[in-house]
Amino acid sequence: MIIAERKPIKELLNMLSGHDRVLLVGCKGCVTVCNAGGAKEVAVLAAALRITRRREGRPIGIDEMTLDRQCEPEFISWLEEPLREKGYTAILSAACSVGPQYIAERFDNVSVMPALNTTFIGGTLEHGVWAEFCRACGNCGIHNFGGLCPITRCSKGLLHGPCAGSSGGKCEVRPEADCIWHLIYKRMKNLGQIEKLKELKPAKNWSSYWSGGVRRVVREDLTL
Amino acid sequence: MTGRFEPRIVAFCCQYCSYSAADLAGSMRLSYPPNVKVVLVPCTGRVDPLHILRAIEDGADGVYVAGCLEGDCHFLEGNFKAKKRVAYVQRILSECGVEATRVRMFNIAASDGPGFAEAAIIMTETIRALGPNPLAAKNEKMAEELRVS
Repeated sequence: MIIAERKPIKELLNMLSGHDRVLLVGCKGCVTVCNAGGAKEVAVLAAALRITRRREGRPIGIDEMTLDRQCEPEFISWLEEPLREKGYTAILSAACSVGPQYIAERFDNVSVMPALNTTFIGGTLEHGVWAEFCRACGNCGIHNFGGLCPITRCSKGLLHGPCAGSSGGKCEVRPEADCIWHLIYKRMKNLGQIEKLKELKPAKNWSSYWSGGVRRVVREDLTL
Repeated sequence: MTGRFEPRIVAFCCQYCSYSAADLAGSMRLSYPPNVKVVLVPCTGRVDPLHILRAIEDGADGVYVAGCLEGDCHFLEGNFKAKKRVAYVQRILSECGVEATRVRMFNIAASDGPGFAEAAIIMTETIRALGPNPLAAKNEKMAEELRVS
């Protein structure tokens, strides 16, 4: 899923200066699961923003609404009616950055701000802890590494074994993280595929990553 | 009227320990400040950050969460969860420019009536020293008009 984090209140207040009627829009997708932009986080953020603005003597009216997903134009259209009837001057989107972009493209008469920093594609390590697992390079080759991704989970993205900074199974760049090459080696050994690691991998083609420009996936069988 | 500031304090008390301690304080005829309004919760693990924030937003001068002693939670770890949530709300309030010490966690055993009274006194004195909730005095009427949710 997409992992995101709430921006600091101060940064959000700077964005919202000059606005006193705001719609704070959450998303029931990834950011609900990672506790960054679901209905509950939206309620907490709205309360925090109202508290601060009232303390500063500039009260702000914030309505809350949480869409099923902000990465679907169909759900974005649910904002039409409240925008028409409530006269909001700004929308604060608590989704990954797809959400505010969709909203901005759909409604050209309202300011749109991101409430979250979209951080990475990852998974839950334990309750309240998430880690990066995929860099969306567009050309997955984790079968060569025992099903583990060195591009994402090696701090240096090495494809031919660990660097000299691997120590005690931990990474020198982020000591709290496992050295993924340590795990890859152990796993390949268990699988009896250690020889496979000795194969020379060709230089990775990064054109499927962002160096190749804006990416798009088309499934002709699904298009209308 | 002496004009002394009398804080309005909300206390979320767990039914197994601190609420029983409040009962005991009453039975023991201990006096504690009437500023504290007790909200009974089945466990402090039920207290959500939003409950605390809403209390502050709606004018409470202070909020505290009173749970069982650590290790004594009827639901094993509800008071530990509450402790983390209180710390989370304190961080949010700091970001909002509101004194984090307006919110606090206490752990009080069911048998500790005096402990309940003491917590109420400590909290009341703390909040009295801090002064009124900064929101209460600011644009009350305008805020009501703007509040849409």
